[in-house]
Amino acid sequence: MSNYKCLFLYSGLMIISFCLASCIQNDDQAVPQASNTANEPVHYPHNQSQPPSWLPDREDGQWTMPAKNYASTRYSGLDQINSENVKDLKVAWTFSTGLTPGHEAAPVFVEDTLYVVTPYPNAVYALTLDGSKKWEYKPDTHQESQGLACCDVVNRGMVYAEGKLFFNTLDNHAIALDAKNGKELWKTKVGDLKRGETMTMAPLVVKGKMLVGNSGGEMGVRGWLKALDTKTGELLWTAYSTGPDKEVLIGKDFKPFYSQDQGENLGVASWPPDLWKIGGGTVWGWLSYDPELDLIYYGTGNPGPWNPDIRPGDNKWTLTVFARRPDDGSAIWAYQIEPHDLYDYDGVNESLLLDLPVNGEKRKVLVRPERNGHVYVMDRTSGEVLSASTYVPVNVTEGVDLKTGQLRKVKDKQPGTNKTVHNICPAAPGGKDWQPSAYSPRTGLIYLPHNNLCMDMHGTQANYIAGTPYVGSDVKMFAGPGGHRGVYTAWDPVAGRKVWNIEESFPVWSGTMATAGDVVFYGTMDRWFKAIDAKTGKLLWKYRVGSGIVGQPVTFQDKNGKQYVAIFSGVGGWSGAIVSGGLDARDGTAALGFANAMKDLSQHTDKGGQLYVFSLP
Amino acid sequence: MFSPFHNMAWLAIVPIWLTLTGCEDQAALRTVDDPPSQSLTRMVEFGPGTEEPSKTPHPYINNRHAINEGKRLFSWFNCAGCHANGGGGMGPPLIDSHWIYGSKPENIFASIMEGRPNGMPAFQGKVSEQEVWKIVAYVRSLGGLDEDLPAGATSRPLQDKAESDLREGEIP
Repeated sequence: MSNYKCLFLYSGLMIISFCLASCIQNDDQAVPQASNTANEPVHYPHNQSQPPSWLPDREDGQWTMPAKNYASTRYSGLDQINSENVKDLKVAWTFSTGLTPGHEAAPVFVEDTLYVVTPYPNAVYALTLDGSKKWEYKPDTHQESQGLACCDVVNRGMVYAEGKLFFNTLDNHAIALDAKNGKELWKTKVGDLKRGETMTMAPLVVKGKMLVGNSGGEMGVRGWLKALDTKTGELLWTAYSTGPDKEVLIGKDFKPFYSQDQGENLGVASWPPDLWKIGGGTVWGWLSYDPELDLIYYGTGNPGPWNPDIRPGDNKWTLTVFARRPDDGSAIWAYQIEPHDLYDYDGVNESLLLDLPVNGEKRKVLVRPERNGHVYVMDRTSGEVLSASTYVPVNVTEGVDLKTGQLRKVKDKQPGTNKTVHNICPAAPGGKDWQPSAYSPRTGLIYLPHNNLCMDMHGTQANYIAGTPYVGSDVKMFAGPGGHRGVYTAWDPVAGRKVWNIEESFPVWSGTMATAGDVVFYGTMDRWFKAIDAKTGKLLWKYRVGSGIVGQPVTFQDKNGKQYVAIFSGVGGWSGAIVSGGLDARDGTAALGFANAMKDLSQHTDKGGQLYVFSLP
Repeated sequence: MFSPFHNMAWLAIVPIWLTLTGCEDQAALRTVDDPPSQSLTRMVEFGPGTEEPSKTPHPYINNRHAINEGKRLFSWFNCAGCHANGGGGMGPPLIDSHWIYGSKPENIFASIMEGRPNGMPAFQGKVSEQEVWKIVAYVRSLGGLDEDLPAGATSRPLQDKAESDLREGEIP
């Protein structure tokens, strides 16, 4: 403990000498440790937040699902690599996938094998820790699925459970493989390309069920979450995001907290006739699970089309957080983050399950950094919003009314048909898109990889043709205030404010992870893989990889106790499509308007997927 | 999908369409019996890769009215959803010099009508041939494939505007 204090004192001095320079920007009021460390070191976690009591303390050294655990903390208890020695981190080996779309997946490590799933065509590789190939699996796929993916043909990872690997293919198949030999155990078609559906999300496995959701919110797709039997692949239940209560699996146990979410068949009544059938609310993001409350949590995507004039009403249940029973999918509560979305602010981001004090009382919460620029802290038993604080510049709303749970929208920022609204902050990908954050119980902080983007938006007519885009909006994005397009922020979820942040030229489109070595990792689109001091935000180490990073870092240890860190490089995704898709930057509306903000990306990276594995010498 | 009923329904629309289309289109059409199609003898042309742009373009090519109509149709049939205003997105860009399936009017026509394997849908039966030719004219004008873009055609200025659009957001 005394070493720990010395290290921290030293870190405090480092802050004073370096941080005020330029690499790290501190808020005026935030930064408890920076202002008082010289005399009085802060004891972390200073905010009394902690992981849920049911989350095992013991670190097994594995990484079996992208979120690391059901609470989605993306935190590893390994500490062989720590803030003192991470500067010596070296490449152990690399592995090329031979593919050029964005590589967003988190690798999975079990016992002695590292498993990766690639973007389309969704090959799976099993690799031993000397980098040798153990087996590979290449599914037969429908290549036309590539033309239906709104934002590059990515895949966000797979899950290991019960000796099997579970993942989705872009062409709507859920697959289980035998982890020992890569043999396909079952393969179930769950979506329809002809309706514009694709799949990019990483599943979650809960109580013998593989939970999967669809993508295609830009194609007039109707969103759903499905549960498949992990043994057989049989479809057990489907929970639609729009439509009548019986198809949304809203029944007698449904108790939403706020009055605007109460009523019958709101998934139909809050739409113009029949538009709920093509209304979006896809489930392409992250799921969490609380085994004690027996509830799964996830959020739904944007309503379609983007142009809001075409779909008057609240458009339920798009942009909605659901709590459901895994056994039958029945909804227990729901909270529509934003009725009648105006800006493509999908509600699919991760839910971190934590226990933390609110007004002096310990609450079981879920923390959600939303695209709309607010970090929501919600009671995960009831769906009540306890706080919502902005983490990026926002000018389209003036905060959340905690009595009603409603955003206060700014009227003159409402886009519509044949109307152009300038300077909308944040832009469509939000303050933060899919790129998942991490939580360290040692610091009590949440680490947010995110964006700083604004946009102009012009509404157009939208014509529904099955299997083609249904957007009705011309968008051009650009850097937010300050001119940087990305930020890595350490966030205090109790105080609802940032502690430190690091500005990046490009959106920070990678995931992140925290470790017991008090090091957090993330990657940049201009090809740096970085290790940061979890307490101070100081850059401890960086390594230049082959292509921009949009993947998710993971860490694990082998049987001899040696710790490794792994990350995909391979730029792409919505932000990187300008490079991975070879788009033409002269048209700023390319890639649904993201190209306008990324015109210079090709000066910093080319495409190409490669797995990097690091360790200490 | 292409049931007899659908084909008949399409035929029923034709007379209505003919009355609705402008005189300009009719005048242009009188000069050609049929839109150019692939040559019956392919031996000479056959070879890997794509070829130089055709020297005998369809009458809609470089036609101001057709290009502007094509722009509207490009948006209405959701081409813009994938190709944006030429820069691409879900689909490839149309303003660069790289043409996977050829840039000749008949190549672009075929791509739209028949679809392409990586996700380009086949629009045959959903859009009339004349409308497709207008879209072809617009697509070629986007990429500057035809010299002397006629005055009043709307494709180029959009690109120029986009190029000068890098700026920074503000919070009042």
